[in-house]
Amino acid sequence: MAEIHLRQVGKSYGEVEVLQGIDWKIGDGEFVVIVGPSGCGKSTLLRMIAGLESITQGEISIGDRVVNDLEPAERDIAMVFQNYALYPHMSVYNNMAYGLKIRGIPKDEIERRVKQTAEILEIGDYLTRAPRQLSGGQRQRVAMGRAIVREPSVFLFDEPLSNLDAKLRVQMRLEIKKLQQRLGITSVYVTHDQVEAMTLGHRLMVLNGGHVEQLGTPIELYERPLTKFVAGFIGSPSMNFLEAKMSEDGSKAHFTGGNSLELPAHLSGHGDRRVSVGMRPEHLLLDENGSNTASATVHVVEHLGADTLVHGTFGNDDGPELVVRLDGIKTIGQDEVLTLSIDPNNIHLFDPDSGKRLNT
Amino acid sequence: MLKRVHFGSSWLPFALVAPQILITVVFFIWPASQALYQSLLVEDAFGLSSEFVWFDNFIELFGDEHYLGTFQRTIFFSFSVAFLSMAFALTLAAMADRVIKGATTYRTFLIWPYAVAPVVSGALWVFMFDPTLGIFTYTLGALGYEWNHKLNGGEAMFLVIVASAWKQVAYNFLFFLAAMQSIPKSLIEAAAIDGAGPTRRFTSIILPLISPTTFFLMVINVVFAFFETFGIIHAVTQGGPAKATEILVYKVFNDGFIGLDLGGSAAQSVILMLIVISLTVIQFRYVEKKVEY
Ligand SMILES: Nc1ncnc2c1ncn2[C@@H]1O[C@H](COP(=O)(O)OP(=O)(O)O)[C@@H](O)[C@H]1O
Ligand SMILES: [Mg+2]
Repeated sequence: MAEIHLRQVGKSYGEVEVLQGIDWKIGDGEFVVIVGPSGCGKSTLLRMIAGLESITQGEISIGDRVVNDLEPAERDIAMVFQNYALYPHMSVYNNMAYGLKIRGIPKDEIERRVKQTAEILEIGDYLTRAPRQLSGGQRQRVAMGRAIVREPSVFLFDEPLSNLDAKLRVQMRLEIKKLQQRLGITSVYVTHDQVEAMTLGHRLMVLNGGHVEQLGTPIELYERPLTKFVAGFIGSPSMNFLEAKMSEDGSKAHFTGGNSLELPAHLSGHGDRRVSVGMRPEHLLLDENGSNTASATVHVVEHLGADTLVHGTFGNDDGPELVVRLDGIKTIGQDEVLTLSIDPNNIHLFDPDSGKRLNT
Repeated sequence: MLKRVHFGSSWLPFALVAPQILITVVFFIWPASQALYQSLLVEDAFGLSSEFVWFDNFIELFGDEHYLGTFQRTIFFSFSVAFLSMAFALTLAAMADRVIKGATTYRTFLIWPYAVAPVVSGALWVFMFDPTLGIFTYTLGALGYEWNHKLNGGEAMFLVIVASAWKQVAYNFLFFLAAMQSIPKSLIEAAAIDGAGPTRRFTSIILPLISPTTFFLMVINVVFAFFETFGIIHAVTQGGPAKATEILVYKVFNDGFIGLDLGGSAAQSVILMLIVISLTVIQFRYVEKKVEY
């Protein structure tokens, strides 16, 4: 078991810089998730921790050792790959035993450990099969088993669920979480899927274009995104961003389309400027009697059963586009005008140019 | 799914395959049947008459010590060529697999020998090892070794093996490299994380995964050494000295065109044909099995 410490870590391929200035301390036994859009450098960062990519700037330590110059084998890590990377010519048993054999562990000890791990992952019946004879979900389990059986001090996962169908993905997600809780091994998990990130991670790193947008717990990222990028990335459907003009005293925002909304009290002092107002679809409530209300024109309604998604414009037809998520089944017609209310404390304000958060 | 094409008229499909069939008949079926027929005949010493003798030619061949000796020699020669060129190509491919910069140049250079005709390749080696003029002979002489493959059968055999193997290295290299590069990189990385060093990764992951290619190349190289090294042997040793490098194809030529024993020579070529057919069958049956990643 070990802490992982990233100090000013960066990566360049020749002239091209793909990661810069990454600082993060991952605690012992913590489950952290690196999340971001495709191509932002998540895999590269994980592979640098694993030792599969060189570290061109900064320093990474695992436990109390700086690992910059250590081979992957010397780092005491195990990794689960996106395509599982099972050895196709070996049985499930041998796939799991391979790393133990190399470490010179006695045969009966290997057998005991493989059997025990297989038990945990419910793959005990497949030990003699070849990987090609397994389903995607079973291969996924074997890949996990191969990592667990080695009892490493760090687990690394690179989008391990992205090759599974949606239902299996949800099921495996839960199993990974339970397994990590049970084993208590420091884990770094990479995904582009914000739901996976939110559900799995104790803490998240949101990466964008090679730099850290924000670090924090899932709740912190949801409640207080520091940039427009994080605000839009976390949560589904995405947060609405509406351009508005702030009143002189900073207490109100005026939108095209005719609406005005009250802003959080502590915003005074920012007055008389353009702002980007962020409102989550689930924070807009259908409430005629609310204190902070505005109108919206309905264009399309989607019924999901548990909730209803309303797509429309804020204010009249000239207003900015808006998505509202209402609880339960609501009968709403096209072109209907709704009265929505929002708690000022659920309003996020961003600088429209830099994308930085304005309210504290 | 194969698409079925429906032809309106019945003669068109036949017309379309006719050229293929014609070529096969003229250049393969007809000469092969000639050889088969010829192998059942014995000609008199003057070539004026021939007698149908059933399998006498074959019976005689298998009682002939020289022929059995040639058979053994050919097997030794073929497997040596296959082993030498494959081992060398595998080493080069393993190195090329790791090279990133200049990889294309490296590969292009390695492919050149394949474009050289067997006779030319033979001539090249003859020059280099010529007992009086050759650069290698000179170098070996300076090191105290007297090289003369025109007198020493072992040296002659060594020379034709090396010349033939050299010719095949490029071909084997290409296939080995392609096979290695089709192994997903994550497998090698997983093995590295599991603690396997480069040698262990090569023996426990790469070699088993390219085994279908190795088998395929084995067959191809043996076939090459059996049948296509005629040009090299003809240019380098003419089967000598004292038949030390006379392999089966060369004996067919020697007995038939020099010794004029047409029936015996035809019988030998029928045996060669059977060997080719069986190697091809092996090829199709086993090489088709692919490794799945
Ligand atoms: N070997 C390489 N050479 C040059 N650029 C690379 C290399 N590997 C990755 N990159 C670049 O680094 C960036 C990050 O890649 P990656 O870490 O795989 O992204 P992610 O996993 O977040 O989708 C991408 O823009 C990619 O093009
Ligand atoms: Mg990736």
